Order: sequence, then C-alpha cells, then structure tokens
Amino acid sequence: MCRRHNKDHEILFSRERGAFLIPYFIALLFEGIPLLHLELALGQCLRKGSIRAWNTVSPYLGGVGVGSWMVSVLVSLYYNTVLTWVMWYFINSFQEPLPWSACPLNENRTGFNEECYRSTAVNYFWYRKTLNITPNVTESGTLQWWLILCLAACWAIVYLCTIRGIETTGKAIYVTAIFPYLVLTIFLIHGLTLPGATDGLAYLFTPNLNTLKNPRVWLDAATQIFFSLSLAFGGLIAFSSYNSPKNDCEKDAVTVAIVNSMTSLYASIPVFSVLGFKATTGYWDCLDRNIISIINEFDLPEESIMRENYTAWISFLNSSHPEKIAGLKLKSCDLQEFLDQSVSGTGLVFIIFTQAIILMPGSRAWAILFFIMLFCLGLSSMFGNIEGVFTPLLELRIISKTIRKELLSGIICLICFIIALCFTLGSGSYWIDIFDSYAGTVPLLVIAFFEVIGVAYVYKIKRFSKDVKWMTGRKPNLYWQITWRFISPLLLLIVFLAFVALQIQKPSSYAAWNPKYEGFPMKEEKVYPPWVLAICVLLAVLPCVFVPLVALFNLIKQMCRSKDTSFIQPEVFSCQEANCNFCHPKESIPIVSVCKKK
Amino acid sequence: MLSFASQMHRMLSKYGLVSKQLWEIMQISNILLCNVTDRVSFWFVVTDSSENVTTVPGSEVEAAIRMNRNRINSAFLLSDKTLQFLKITPTLSPPVEPSTPVWLIVFGVVLCLILAGIVFLVVAGIRQRKKKNKESTERENLEEKCEVTITVENGIPCEALDLKAGHINGVFAADNERFTSL
Repeated sequence: MCRRHNKDHEILFSRERGAFLIPYFIALLFEGIPLLHLELALGQCLRKGSIRAWNTVSPYLGGVGVGSWMVSVLVSLYYNTVLTWVMWYFINSFQEPLPWSACPLNENRTGFNEECYRSTAVNYFWYRKTLNITPNVTESGTLQWWLILCLAACWAIVYLCTIRGIETTGKAIYVTAIFPYLVLTIFLIHGLTLPGATDGLAYLFTPNLNTLKNPRVWLDAATQIFFSLSLAFGGLIAFSSYNSPKNDCEKDAVTVAIVNSMTSLYASIPVFSVLGFKATTGYWDCLDRNIISIINEFDLPEESIMRENYTAWISFLNSSHPEKIAGLKLKSCDLQEFLDQSVSGTGLVFIIFTQAIILMPGSRAWAILFFIMLFCLGLSSMFGNIEGVFTPLLELRIISKTIRKELLSGIICLICFIIALCFTLGSGSYWIDIFDSYAGTVPLLVIAFFEVIGVAYVYKIKRFSKDVKWMTGRKPNLYWQITWRFISPLLLLIVFLAFVALQIQKPSSYAAWNPKYEGFPMKEEKVYPPWVLAICVLLAVLPCVFVPLVALFNLIKQMCRSKDTSFIQPEVFSCQEANCNFCHPKESIPIVSVCKKK
Repeated sequence: MLSFASQMHRMLSKYGLVSKQLWEIMQISNILLCNVTDRVSFWFVVTDSSENVTTVPGSEVEAAIRMNRNRINSAFLLSDKTLQFLKITPTLSPPVEPSTPVWLIVFGVVLCLILAGIVFLVVAGIRQRKKKNKESTERENLEEKCEVTITVENGIPCEALDLKAGHINGVFAADNERFTSL
C-alpha cells in the first residue's frame, strides 16, 4: 500500500501549532479515518479508477469521480511548481557560501543592495532571485528562465517515475518514502543540540487554547487532513484497486492514518527545535544591534553591556537620558515575538528554514539534505496526483487502445508543464496561493461529502458492510457505522458552511511583497481585484459542478429511455460479482482468455 | 595609542598620497590623537613638519585610509566591523563569483541523469513489447493446434479465479504487463 505525505511540512508550520493538535486529531478521528477506509474499500472492491468506480456505485454519482479527477489535475499543475522551487534551492545549495547567506552589493560597492539590506538576505534571495516577484497579482511580470529550466526538470522526473504507471511508481516510492525518515532523524539529533531548541519545543507543545475559538483553525485542520491523507483525490481508489480483493482494508486505513500522524509529529520536533534556534539567534542579534548603538552613543567601554544585563542598563539609561535613548530608535526585542513570527504559505519553508540553516555549521550539507528530503516528500505526493489523473484516462477505452502508456504519460506531463509555465511568471507565487486556497480546499470537502453520502445512502450502508465483510472477513463495527452514516457527513457539511461564511465575511486579501511600500519589509495587504476573484470562484466551483451536472444528465437520460434495461441498476451489483466480472473475455490478458468457451 | 600612531605614520608615509618630500620629514609625532575615550575611540590629525604646522587635508588622509584599509585592519588584527573610521564607508569586496554559476553545472548533471533514465526505460519498454509480441504469436499458433481442457466452476474457469494472490486488474493490463507487488 503506497502512502503519501502530502504537504506534511505545511501542517507543521501553522502558527497555532500547540493548540492545532486538538482539531487535527478530532478531524482525523471523525473525518480522516472513516473516509480513508471508505475509499480504500471502494477501490479494492470495485477494482476500477475513480471515474468508473463511482459510475458503478451509481450512475448519478458519476460526477464525483469526474470531480476528483478535475481536482487532481488542478493540484498537479501547481504542486509541481512548489517542487520546482525546492529543486532550485537544492541546486543552489552546492555553492559555498550559500547564496542566501549574504546580500549582494550595490553599484558603487559601498554598501549592500537596498532591497536586501532593508529586509534580510534570505528574503531577498527568495523574493528577488528566485521568484522575481511583482508588487501585485495583476502585474504578471516576465517568465523567469531559471524557473522554467527547473520546472522542465521536475516534470521530467515525474515522467520518469510514472512512465509506466504503477510499475515504475512502485519502485520509486521505496526511495521517496524511506529517505525522508532518515533525514528527519539526522535533523532531529542535530536540532535538539542547537541553542534555543527547548524554547521552540515548549512553544510547540504548549497549547494556547484561545486559538481554538478561531474557526479558521478548525477549518485548516479539516482541510489539512484531506491533503495529508490524499482523500477525495481519486488516487487512493486507483491505488487500492491494485490490491488483492481479500486484503484487509480496514487495518490498512487505520495503519496509514496512524503512521501518517506519527510521522507528522515526529517531523515537527526537529522543525520546531530549528525554529526555536532561529528565534533565539534573531533575538540575540536584535539585542546585539541595540547594544552597539547604545555603546556608540554613550561612548561606554566595550562589553559593559551584555545580553544578560541589557534590560537593567536600558531602564537605567531611560531614566537618566530618555531623549538620547528615544533618538536611537531602538527596536524592541521580544523572544516570544520572534517565535510567533511565521510567514504563511508555501514560501515559509524557503525563508525561515533557510535562515536557520545558514546559522548552523556545515550549512551546505544541511541545505542539500533538507532540500532532497523536501523533494522526496513532494515527489511522492505528485505520484498520487498523477495516478489520479492518469488512471481514469487509461480507463477510457478509446485512449488506451490507440495510445501506449508511455506516450500517454508523456503527453499528460507535457500538457501540465506548458500550463504550469504561467506559475513561473513574476506573479506566479500569488497564483499558487490562490490555487492552494481555492482549488485545494472547497472541492475536496464537497467531493468527500458526496462520497460519504453516496456510499451511505445511495449504495446503502448495509450492502457496503456486506462487501467489506466479504473482503476483510468481519463486519465493520459501530464506529464505522456511526461515522459513515452521521458524523462524517455532518462534520463535512459544517466545515463547508463555515468556510463559505468566513469567505463572505471579509474580502479576500493577500500579502504582496512591494519594495516601494512604506512599511517595507512588512508585506502589503492588498485585496484581490474582481477578475481574480472570479477565477478563484471558478477554481472552487469547477470540480464540484460535475456532481450535479452528471446526476442531472443521467436523470434526463433515464427519463428519456425509461424502458431501457441496459441501464445499470445499483441493486444488482455487489462486490463478489465485481471480481468475477473481470473474467470478461474482451478486457482480458492471455491467462483469462481461456475463459472462452471451447 | 602609540601603536596606532606608528601604524598611521608608516602607512601614510610609505603608501599614502603624501608627497615624497614630506616623507623624510614626517615623524611619529606628527600624528596627534585627541579625545581619547574609554571605548578606544579618538580623533586624530596628521600634521606636516614644515615650518607652518598645518594639518594634512582630511580628504587626503581619507583617500589614503580608503586605499589601505586592508593593511590597517590586518595590522591591528581587526576587521571593518570592529575598526570603524567614521565617515569613511568601507569599500566592500564583492562576493567571489565563479565564471559559470555553480547551479547551472549541478542542473546540467541532474538533467543528464533524468534524460538517461527516461531513454533507458522507453527503450527497455519497446524491447519488452517486441519480445512479448513474438511470444504471443507463437502461443496462438500453438493453441490452434492443441485442445485445452478447462475446469469450470460456477460458470467461471478456475484459472481465472486466483483469490490468494493479487489480481491483475484487467482494465490496467491492456498491454500485457505485470505490476510490481506493493
């Protein structure tokens, strides 16, 4: 059984980490595990890709399969661009010193480049040297040729690993799934030895229960589960259709969910120790800079003010020479503030973690290791996405007969590469955030809702329980019955409504990197223009709209041909027959061809 | 302080822009320090030892210091950050940049590996398919000649139902390929 670590690193960098664990586990228990079991059982029983599987469950639910396919396409498009950024940083990590460790000089070589100096070298490398970002989403900028090269390489790697479908993917997964564990362990050992690690870990594990009042946290937990377990993408159904029909899918579902969560927790320990280390060094730097200005101003002997007695000195100087102190414009240094600093979005890893890596000795090796690990994690997620795209296409007989597998996967990768070129523009990172927030959240909720409703009420839980019993040998217990019937659909509905309510409440805004902004290096809050909002709505609605469309289409077909008996009735279908149906001579390989009655 | 004065004297006289005539005349005593504070910071002026005691113009001293910053720093084992000349911003040395950016080289290596892998897999696939086509035509010729007895159960031949091992999913196996076991 192949597992995927979809964006596990995303979940780790949520600001409200300590209290985030609670909604995460609730979502996992009542949403993640039941849906996972449902999809695995469905794929194993029906042994088809997502489109045909849902068509088989009920023709009215065929739209669910098409919707998942659409989501997989949208996510594959932008997800590989994140991998492109990882690859760009990886190939830059071979330079000594690391290119994001120092600012470049300005023209007359008397100082540093201004944009870099006002923010940090790491920020500059990310926003200018990598993205070459434009000040707002409407300015597209130009195509960045270095990103195009890396994008081409990434799609070539994806093609290489999925060239023959599951055959090559299965081998690649061994590397991409095991290697990250090794690197995480190395980082864990190193991270715990860094100064300030304990502060970071304390921050991770102290729950700030006030954040639970914010519905955004619950929303994030619910949607994060989908990405983490790759639910509602159609990839799980495709993967589990390769399992033997007597495989214990219930055990698989629970195991996968637990291992996934444990990995996530295990990964968060080195991450937060490194974050604590970075916050501590930032805090020390802030103090040191203030100390230098004070010493210069008051002409005090060197080392008279140290970090330890800084606060005492400040209060003394404030009382004796308040105007001088005010004239210095000292920044207030607060460790908690440094810990709280977290940039959200896909750029987080590239700013905070890269900064921490520069501070470690032997930073080149750490950078290389870190980015290879990220690349492996992202690649294994891409496999699932591409399988979700690839498999239903293979099921369309016309395509599978005329085109060979290698050619089909090549064509898919090429088309995706060409469309993804728009993410290499100057405004590309804004578009990726849009895709991430809209194509990767609402459609998943809607599709998952219809999946559970479809199996529980259209296909009927009794029949499904019978099928699961045939496969695993035991009837699903009360937990599964209750969650499939009531809790999961209800939870999904609540999350969906909350999401829509939150969106309507305040206009969607984004944070733009604008060097000409007065508050620079803070990001400028901007509102999306109407045409961008229209695209956001389109992205969210497009996969979902297939569900009612296909249902309506089939309803009309049914009404027009109400006497047509070739229309598949849901009642006559069962898991046992599905497996025996594969003796059909037409879709067989040589072994089964002896079914021909001789 | 003496050490500083002597260093300045050496630098100005040997490497500076001070004219050759003054070189012999100038002595360490020409470098005057004032406003010395606890923090090892001070002002200094350079005088020339001609009859009219005038100070060497500040711009000349500045230019000389700018040119020889490195030597001054290394003489005191200090750096630009720890030895600061107010109003003389250091001319920073640009970071060392190799002629071809390193990342292009690494990228080239990675791309070559990927392309080699793709070509290998595609060629291997084509060869495999040719071999299988040959085998299946041979087997078909064989089947036409012999009669094969099949045991049937429930209308379904037993060979088709192998419920112990993983099924080969007929839809995905259109090209007679086997899958790796997961």
